[in-house]
Amino acid sequence: MSEFSVVGKSIAMVDAAGKTTGAGKYADDFSVPGMLVGKILHSPYPHALIKRIDTSRARALEGVVAVVTGDDAPNPYGILPVGHDETALAVGKVRYVGDNVACVAAVSEDIAEQALELIDVDYEPLPAYFDPEQSMRAERNLIHENRPNNIEKDYHHVFGDPEAGFADADYVAEARYIANEVTHAAMEPHCTLASFEIDPHAGTQGRLTVWSSTQVPYYLQHKLSLVLELPMSQIRVIKPLVGGGFGGKSEIIPLEIIAAVAARAAKAPVKITYTREEVFWAHRGRPRTIVDLKTGVKNDGRITAVACKVIQDGGAYCSYGVVTILYSGALLGALYDIPNIRYDGYRVLTNKPACGAMRGHGTVNVRFAFESQMDEIAAKLGLDPAEMRRVNLLNPPTVTVNGLRVLSYGLPECVSQVIARSGWRVRRGTLPKGRGLGMACSHYVSGAANSIIRSDMPHSTVNIKIDRDGGVVVYTGAAEIGQGSDTMTAQVVAEVLGCSLARVKVVAADTDLTPIDLGSYSSRVTFMAGNAAMRAAEDVKKNIVSGAARRMNCAPEDVVMAGDRVRKRGAESALVEVPEGEAASGHVDGQILRGSVLQSRKEQVAEDHMSFEEAVVGAIDFHGGLTGTGSYAPPVEARGGKHKGAGVGPSPAYSYSAQVAEVSVDEETGVLTVHKIWAAHDCGRALNPVAVEGQVIGSVWMGLGQALQEEMIWKDGLVMNPGLLEYRSPSSVESPEVECIIVESIDPEGPFGAKEAGEGSLAATIPAISNAIYDAVEVRLREAPFTPERVLAALRAKRGAKKIEMTEGVDPTEPASFREHGGALWYRGKGPERHAEDPARAGGSK
Amino acid sequence: MKKELIELRINGRTHELAVQPNALLLDVLRQDLNLTGSKRGCDDSSCGACTVQVDGVPMLACTMLAASYQGCEITTVEGISDGGGLAALQKAYGDFGGSQCGYCTPGFMMTVRWLLANNPNPTDSEIREALSSNLCRCTGYTQMYQAIRAVIDAESKERLTEVAEATRE
Repeated sequence: MSEFSVVGKSIAMVDAAGKTTGAGKYADDFSVPGMLVGKILHSPYPHALIKRIDTSRARALEGVVAVVTGDDAPNPYGILPVGHDETALAVGKVRYVGDNVACVAAVSEDIAEQALELIDVDYEPLPAYFDPEQSMRAERNLIHENRPNNIEKDYHHVFGDPEAGFADADYVAEARYIANEVTHAAMEPHCTLASFEIDPHAGTQGRLTVWSSTQVPYYLQHKLSLVLELPMSQIRVIKPLVGGGFGGKSEIIPLEIIAAVAARAAKAPVKITYTREEVFWAHRGRPRTIVDLKTGVKNDGRITAVACKVIQDGGAYCSYGVVTILYSGALLGALYDIPNIRYDGYRVLTNKPACGAMRGHGTVNVRFAFESQMDEIAAKLGLDPAEMRRVNLLNPPTVTVNGLRVLSYGLPECVSQVIARSGWRVRRGTLPKGRGLGMACSHYVSGAANSIIRSDMPHSTVNIKIDRDGGVVVYTGAAEIGQGSDTMTAQVVAEVLGCSLARVKVVAADTDLTPIDLGSYSSRVTFMAGNAAMRAAEDVKKNIVSGAARRMNCAPEDVVMAGDRVRKRGAESALVEVPEGEAASGHVDGQILRGSVLQSRKEQVAEDHMSFEEAVVGAIDFHGGLTGTGSYAPPVEARGGKHKGAGVGPSPAYSYSAQVAEVSVDEETGVLTVHKIWAAHDCGRALNPVAVEGQVIGSVWMGLGQALQEEMIWKDGLVMNPGLLEYRSPSSVESPEVECIIVESIDPEGPFGAKEAGEGSLAATIPAISNAIYDAVEVRLREAPFTPERVLAALRAKRGAKKIEMTEGVDPTEPASFREHGGALWYRGKGPERHAEDPARAGGSK
Repeated sequence: MKKELIELRINGRTHELAVQPNALLLDVLRQDLNLTGSKRGCDDSSCGACTVQVDGVPMLACTMLAASYQGCEITTVEGISDGGGLAALQKAYGDFGGSQCGYCTPGFMMTVRWLLANNPNPTDSEIREALSSNLCRCTGYTQMYQAIRAVIDAESKERLTEVAEATRE
């Protein structure tokens, strides 16, 4: 029998029924009386000065209540304290196609859209920058005046002695890798509903309540306060169900502020929901990344030094950029033992939507380069790629050369597991022509050890209230975004209190009710909010136990809470003996509220066990109330080194992943098919295995999308595929089986030993696939995604054939036929050719 | 645009509604009837989050004119629960992790329900093909297949028991 009763069991999410029945509410499902619809006017220019905005014609339209522009809320903000470069609406200048210029609040969507057409804006176009390497050379017409050469931030780190390391190497590999831009494309478009109350004393606009699709309710509260100049205590942020985040909702998205600004001006509640195209403009995805990587190794595969130069195409605003470029360097460490590292990172501004944090933040594209290069080296030196990884393993507990502390380390087990399950040793090299196996590894933080806003505050706090009804209410600021944070919280609390899961109700992410939690990003929730929940439960348990010890006339150490009962140690029979009517329902013949349970029980002699309710009522009678609180801050030892930029990368624990992908390549067409991926993931302890598997499979699948086909395509700063069909995340027919193998390294500091599960596996998938392509057809794909065009070009290059320029002479803005440019056809009002049987065709429509 | 009076039959109930002739069924469901289970994930029938059944056939409410579906039997996700409890498919999606953020789930419910009604024992590739009308960004679909397979297995077991009992009698 397992040592746990709730933790470690696969259970449905506590909010699953709301999702499968449609009863669960997402931000766009809320309406309040008198609510207006907000619509945003976006810039058609990638880089231009705004000479004049005239909103008078729009205001005059019947049904329009307010029109706001940049001047209505000019305070700058940004998710990072070093990157306050955004305003709710453009002030004087637009920086990308889709930048926010004005917002209309009207009684209906139709009228709001008509009003947008009536806003007159005079622009003076400026030269725009779309390529980061060109942008870095700019001296005039800068995107932000205080960022010379359009460089948001650059870092130059040296750890150990890279020159000596390369001199010591038997072989040095060097190559450039490129990973193109991808976006989260969460199923739920962003939505915010903002509503002001009237202050009863002043009689003027008072408190603001915001319902928003966010991963970070407290950061939103903070930035709203900054822009609106309202105290944080006057702002309530409520996070309803969120339809997927993946990082795309982990910072303040323009509409969240704009809705509040518009509501303030309109003196009425305003809801803004992005269209899918607007979601692509809001973006904050993974930047196009150019990685120049050099690795030195001994003949046995041991790495002696790594030099890595990274250029990220960050888009028009800082967003999380400074953190992204730091993660790209810092997470070179903590996976393998690398004695010497040189890192040069450049975060560059361009006139495109801002990039930000996306699942596997900062590490994914560099990991693609690194794991590909390892495979190249293994091929060159005649080593088994799996063995090459084994000779470079860390020896924990350890602190890496760049200051990352590693305690639990399940990577060796992950590698062994995928080798065994995939038949790596037997099948590799014996597969039919055009089919191959590839391996890669990855890792990720279980929460950043340093918060965005540096302070000594706890990263997570959880409160618990237990009342006479026997219900356990847990208040947590952690943001459930589908990853299972509410379920994890309920499980941890139920386990500590030894009560049934049905008793536990989680109230989450409402800044009026729940204690502060930094939010759902950097895979921090299980580790940090989980630890806080555990401590809060232990805090409240202390009081239940002391009350029960008095009643049972024993020492508190001898009180056991398990199986929804409280008993004296040794009174094992109490576990099975649940009196009729006192089961998990919490119902004891209605006596609890009258406080008479104790009275009725006093006549009974056997005082070595009691129901959970009895213990609770006893403790409340004794203590006068039953609440507990717990918080978590990462230990000082895990917060990293002292160098500039050392704050990003350190984590109290790292997850590990090893993967094998099996692919085949059609050498005629370049089409790549992924048949199966084996993914072993070390998540510490799996608190809810079915949820862990879901997170790992989902990560692998998202990596698969980036490897196969997902890519934001640009033309003069205009995103050409801003739709879900055109962006082409893999559909069910393109998605292979993913076999998830859970490896439990049991972290010494994680809640019940748990670490992260939701991001770490993504990064290994892309190189596992590119390495499998090499195994299949001996071409090395150094640019992701590995589309048929790129695969075919590589195959042709291998046999020295002429390069075919498939899009030569094609102007995406003037497509001659549907085939040329798929999704971009609505641009300039052109529609796709009609199918022969389309009824509209009969009417002579073109 | 002037509103017109129409009658829609949704989840077995008739609703009299005043809607603009260009009102989309999805907007009418969500805004006029507060049936917010059907979701808007795109604007152009690419994602399937708004899938409803019209006379048993899955269709995308985001690109249907509400006024054109008078006289049809429209079923939304709110209409498929089993007498106030979870239908087997809904339960299985929860148990097997077929739903994470849940935003696509109502659409999948409607598509899978149609699949199982028309093909009680689909092959794996038939399931994959049926599901390709809907997008999910969380699960990678694997756990959905497990949930659907579990429902099929449970139902065929139930059928076998029924047959066995019938023959015994």
